[in-house]
Amino acid sequence: MLAVHLPGLDLKNPVMPASGCFAFGAEYGNLYDLNKLGAIIIKAATLEPRFGNPTPRVAETPCGMLNAIGLQNPGVDKIISNELTRLAGYDVPIIANIAGSEMSDYVETAEKMSLNPVVKALELNISCPNVRHGGITFGTVPEIAAELTERVKAVSKKPVYVKLSPNVTDITAMAQAVEEAGADGLSMINTLLGMRIDIKTQKPILANKTGGLSGPAIKPVAIRMIYEVSQKVRIPIIGMGGIQSADDVIEYFLAGASAVAVGTANFADPFVCPKIIDDLPEKLKAMHVTDINELVGRSWKACAKKNESSLR
Amino acid sequence: MIQEDMLITGQRSLADQIFELKLRGKLAANVSEPGQFVHIRVNGQSGSVAPILRRPISICSRDRAKEEITLIFRSGGLGTDLLKEAEPGERLDVLGPLGHGFPVRDIHDMKKAVVIGGGVGVPPLYGLSAELVKKGVSVLSILGFRSAKDVFYKKEFEELGETVIMTEDGTSGIRGRVTDVLDGMDFDVAYACGPLPMLKAVQRKVSDRPLYISMEQRMGCGIGACLACVVHTTDQNDSKGYRRVCSDGPVFRAGEVELC
Ligand SMILES: Cc1cc2nc3c(=O)[nH]c(=O)nc-3n(C[C@H](O)[C@H](O)[C@H](O)COP(=O)(O)OP(=O)(O)OC[C@H]3O[C@@H](n4cnc5c(N)ncnc54)[C@H](O)[C@@H]3O)c2cc1C
Ligand SMILES: Cc1cc2nc3c(=O)[nH]c(=O)nc-3n(C[C@H](O)[C@H](O)[C@H](O)COP(=O)(O)O)c2cc1C
Ligand code: FES
Repeated sequence: MLAVHLPGLDLKNPVMPASGCFAFGAEYGNLYDLNKLGAIIIKAATLEPRFGNPTPRVAETPCGMLNAIGLQNPGVDKIISNELTRLAGYDVPIIANIAGSEMSDYVETAEKMSLNPVVKALELNISCPNVRHGGITFGTVPEIAAELTERVKAVSKKPVYVKLSPNVTDITAMAQAVEEAGADGLSMINTLLGMRIDIKTQKPILANKTGGLSGPAIKPVAIRMIYEVSQKVRIPIIGMGGIQSADDVIEYFLAGASAVAVGTANFADPFVCPKIIDDLPEKLKAMHVTDINELVGRSWKACAKKNESSLR
Repeated sequence: MIQEDMLITGQRSLADQIFELKLRGKLAANVSEPGQFVHIRVNGQSGSVAPILRRPISICSRDRAKEEITLIFRSGGLGTDLLKEAEPGERLDVLGPLGHGFPVRDIHDMKKAVVIGGGVGVPPLYGLSAELVKKGVSVLSILGFRSAKDVFYKKEFEELGETVIMTEDGTSGIRGRVTDVLDGMDFDVAYACGPLPMLKAVQRKVSDRPLYISMEQRMGCGIGACLACVVHTTDQNDSKGYRRVCSDGPVFRAGEVELC
């Protein structure tokens, strides 16, 4: 009922924690059995260790939050030797999120990660809004995103999902460019660039000034983008942005997603992923759906069907 | 660490905007050190999405027999304003106990301790003092507040040992800051919790004896996964170069992390 098959990923269910919200699983693994998850998207890896941005790194917003962690991570080599070795003990596919400042960084990091047997797919983070000179330009210019995708595809031993930035005027142009360049799938969406100002200090709350907006506040934006993109590409989409419940997951599938990731909601409820997975079967039953894959894109497919029949 | 809908057994006002909250549940049994904290979801009975982030609040004390923890918090923001409305009999979604508190297990030769608190940094020091007294350590408490209307737990601390109340405007106790009275005091170990400028001043004064400080930082997950709450280590050669306030702290040995 919940099983989903995507390039490189045979998932027992379509629910996975989103990159950066789950580190490498050790902390949440103390709370519940990680084998319950469809997959785990681990924290962004860069070629060299990164300390990230100064604090404060998070700020709350109405129905959401801003973060400017700045891709803090111990570097790809340490992730492979420490974190992936531990994760190898689980029966859950790992998706490795890859980031960098130069194209060559991405390529080298991606190659190293893709060689590891624990890693079943890569997620190319061309969209982190918190790194200067970095990710962001890759994520906003279709030609550059396409070139990066092509170069990573050339070295990667595993399927490559490209994580798109919502901070663009034409998301379908981005999606089509990376599809043409060989992407096996898409991840949508990363955070929206935002800011909060403290009215007492009259300064931005985040030390980085700007940060990425996530949580329920961005869900309608993600749904709209997936609705548009899924009608224009043939590759599957992992949907994310504000998911907190089984109903949200169903909404993402209806929009055109083939799997989903949960980020910010883990902070409000650390058990949210297993809870959603437990809730889904009943929700589907109530909808008379026997296979969650039936729902993919139904919001626009049903609409297309209706038009067809009325024409006949 | 567990997540539990704890029963609210009491809530009362202690001072201006300061509230004492008592919670009962299994979580209480898991508290291992004074200075640990809980991460509270305060959307309350409404079940609304906002506020989206949990609020970190120190465990002030724990009553093992009653399966109860006591928290003291200052209201004045979205989450804490909702928290002060919570009524006995209701339940509250609590994650904890979290982090590492003040080390009290191996305090062999320590005879005299001084605890130094400022504002809502005072609460965890109460549980700490009680624990130290139980171990036969004599405790001197120096508690700083802005003004008389902000003072709380004076009597409770006095029952544990000598207590010096300081206010910035002199309306209660001694006028001045906690560091003004530290000079020449006789103690073997010091513990501090309060605003960053206070911690820095205390660290400058107490450089010759062991000092433990409890840090604050804005948090996301509260359990070590999101890296929202990191502080730099002072040791440049440290293998990680950072500590997470939520899971490596909030209590650190003075000098382990940078105060900035
Ligand atoms: C380990 C630890 C222990 C704490 N113990 C206590 C305590 O015992 N009593 C007490 O009154 N306060 C304590 N605090 C501070 C308390 O967490 C904040 O006052 C509270 O989160 C503010 O929430 P709000 O809803 O009032 O404010 P809002 O302005 O609505 O908060 C917005 C966001 O900023 C965060 N935030 C704001 N101020 C702080 C702060 N000073 N520290 C950390 N996050 C902050 C909030 O958690 C929230 O995510 C502690 C903080 C930490 C990190
Ligand atoms: C604290 C935090 C850290 C994040 N770190 C990363 C990251 O390292 N790489 C990445 O591709 N996305 C990162 N993201 C974005 C999320 O993976 C996700 O795309 C986004 O938050 C939207 O989902 P949500 O609303 O469920 O959180 C991060 C988000 C948050 C809140
Ligand atoms: S709050 Fe998430 S790591 Fe500390």
